[in-house]
Amino acid sequence: MMKRTIATLSAAVAALVSVASSPALAQEKQQFFPMLTFRTGPYAPSGTPWANGFLDYYKLVNLNGGINGVRVLWEECETGYATDRGVECYERLKDKHGGATVFQTMSTGITFALTERGAADRIPILTPAYGVSESADGGAYKWSFPIGGTHWASADTQYQYLVQRAGGADKLKGKKITLLYHDSPFGKEAIPVLTARAKAAGFDLLTLPVSHPGVDQKAAWLQIRQTRPDYVLLWGWGVMNSTALKEAQSTGFARNRMIGVWPSGSESDVKGVAGAEGYSAVLLLPGPGASSKIAQEVLEKLHAKGNGSGPKEEVGEALYMRGMMNAMMSVEGVRRAQEKFGKGKVMTPSQARWGYENLDISQKRLEELGIADIMRPLSTTCKDHMGPSSARAYTWDGAKWNVSSDWLQADQNILGPLLKESVDRHLAEKKQTRRAADDCNS
Amino acid sequence: MLYRENGQIKTSYRADQQILPIEQDRHAMLALLVTASVLIPSLASDYVLRAIGIPFLIMSLAALGVNILVGYCGQISLGSGAFMAIGAYGAFNLMARIPDMPLIPALLLGGFFAMIYGIGFGLPSLRVKGLYLAVATLAAQFFSDWLFLRVKWLTNHSSSGSVSVGNLHVGSLPIETPIQKYLFCLAFVIFFALIAKNLVRSAVGREWMAIRDMDVAAAVIGIRPTYAKLSAFAVSSFIIGIAGSLWAFVHLGAWEPAAFSVEISFRLLFMVIIGGMGSIMGGFLGAAFIVLLPIFLSQALPAVGGVFGFAISTATIAHIETMIFGGLIVWFLIVEPHGLSKLWSLGKQRLRIWPFPH
Repeated sequence: MMKRTIATLSAAVAALVSVASSPALAQEKQQFFPMLTFRTGPYAPSGTPWANGFLDYYKLVNLNGGINGVRVLWEECETGYATDRGVECYERLKDKHGGATVFQTMSTGITFALTERGAADRIPILTPAYGVSESADGGAYKWSFPIGGTHWASADTQYQYLVQRAGGADKLKGKKITLLYHDSPFGKEAIPVLTARAKAAGFDLLTLPVSHPGVDQKAAWLQIRQTRPDYVLLWGWGVMNSTALKEAQSTGFARNRMIGVWPSGSESDVKGVAGAEGYSAVLLLPGPGASSKIAQEVLEKLHAKGNGSGPKEEVGEALYMRGMMNAMMSVEGVRRAQEKFGKGKVMTPSQARWGYENLDISQKRLEELGIADIMRPLSTTCKDHMGPSSARAYTWDGAKWNVSSDWLQADQNILGPLLKESVDRHLAEKKQTRRAADDCNS
Repeated sequence: MLYRENGQIKTSYRADQQILPIEQDRHAMLALLVTASVLIPSLASDYVLRAIGIPFLIMSLAALGVNILVGYCGQISLGSGAFMAIGAYGAFNLMARIPDMPLIPALLLGGFFAMIYGIGFGLPSLRVKGLYLAVATLAAQFFSDWLFLRVKWLTNHSSSGSVSVGNLHVGSLPIETPIQKYLFCLAFVIFFALIAKNLVRSAVGREWMAIRDMDVAAAVIGIRPTYAKLSAFAVSSFIIGIAGSLWAFVHLGAWEPAAFSVEISFRLLFMVIIGGMGSIMGGFLGAAFIVLLPIFLSQALPAVGGVFGFAISTATIAHIETMIFGGLIVWFLIVEPHGLSKLWSLGKQRLRIWPFPH
């Protein structure tokens, strides 16, 4: 009975899919990077600069001769930060333009949904500084790459900055620390690390969840008013961050006792929020970098010619730079793969995977790219898909973010055991084992 | 012309009571089943199966369940997402805790847990009606949200609160490829659609409809409201629970409590309203509308824009998609308040007497 409706619909969709995926004048070699962006919905303030950074970096790569002559091709798909739309986008883009090289999910929830699919479809999933913390173990997660950090690394570097602010770990004994987190896998990732740290340092950790989208925080701040914690650690996203800062002000909680993580530390979170001065955030990987050489390059080569992706003012914002760095990693991984499989060739997802697994971005390379002031060297191995996770704290002075700490590194003594325990449980649940050593050069 | 019943004379009660009394309908249904089970899997791409076919089938199954409760029994429910969640997490816990738990029994038991939960939250329906009941079922939704966010045991103590399932198989048959997953869901949908269709044609279905149309009168003629309402809750939440476990196991593979938020409840209710209350086909049409239309729009708009030489940004597309989608909902409900399935049956009615107007 519904045959006709379904047939017409599926025929129409199929026709569209074939129209949309007809190769756009494929006369040159192209490496396809799909983008799961979100420019709408409650998280759009965070998603838009992030996406524009991606676009501008890819545009620069093409202006500067591509990846050894291979042009970068990209296509955006709007997820609205919703997991089901993210899955649909993944399915839509994975076979387009000769096949996706790598997926960057831009959402922890979508990462969870795509981790297994990526492994089954043999497409790498790249989640720099977010994603599934367990996937740092390359032995268990062959296709996942949280390069340069995970949420656990975020939590640990945030704690280290807290120690610095308190004047030593011994000063934290008996103190009350409140974790105000986005009630989703992203926010919950903070809990195991901070719990382990609380046990070791002897402070009380109180966890307060804030449900999606994060505009309703009255109850949480009422509890903060009652318990009077010494510090509040903020794990927010999108509209939740500015709301938290406003609530802190109306509660009378000093902003210089609030410390955020990278999803809570961009310009869109603090700009226009009266009384955000003094708030700090510990950002994994790049911070804001308006004075970076690469930001200047974007202004000269793209914005001056009217080819910029977003407003000019966005260039150099923390999330914008994050987008650029995420795009940079996806490109550098392919560049690394080309060293092994042939310069100037289009890499398959499996070959690109080798590149992400053997990444080695040195200080010299960072200088060549013009990002030495905001990035630290990155490297991955077969066992360790995360590599060194460098973070730096920034404090908002009402007009801009100022660096307020040296580079911090997540402590492997804390993360290592957590990772092992968690991955072992995951493997037991799935009845799988870690990759054999000879699988490392595949 | 083609749709005539002339000469189709029924000579037995059985023939008179079959689901599709008109021969042309039977042929169409057969063609539909062949299309769904043979043609689509063999012709459609992975994308069509995985991103369109499977979500459509599972949501149709869930809408079928919601329709039994809301459309046939008139008990407005906003707790459908919760029933799906109970089904999904119930099946997940069975798989995680019982070694070598077979898949199909796990899914069915997931549905069974959802049924218990549904009966529990159906109890207020014995005392309150309409909007008040909607609020009570909303409590079912928020309770399940809270349950799976806060009770660590239910998510197997996963640190992120997200759980996943892998290597599904029935006996020695793996359920891995898109085609296998699609056919697996299709089997469930056909089976439960048939059961639901026969339930609503039977005594119990008539009891539900009597309660829906006028509960006082129904009680007077000897229908037990308690039994009718709770059985509707039970059957409906069982089917929704199965749909939830399929959504989690087959479609998502890994999920967090937010996958079954109140938004899903609303979407399911809209599917039933747009598809048609109190019609089995309504669930399918509503699911097609709500699941497929946004995907269709998000791909059609850039193509349309391309024809006129516009490059539309993804954000603009997302906004236009929402506007068109909302506009269509309003338009459909103005044109036909009883939903798409009513339009369909009106069309058939017209065809039967064509070329005469009435």
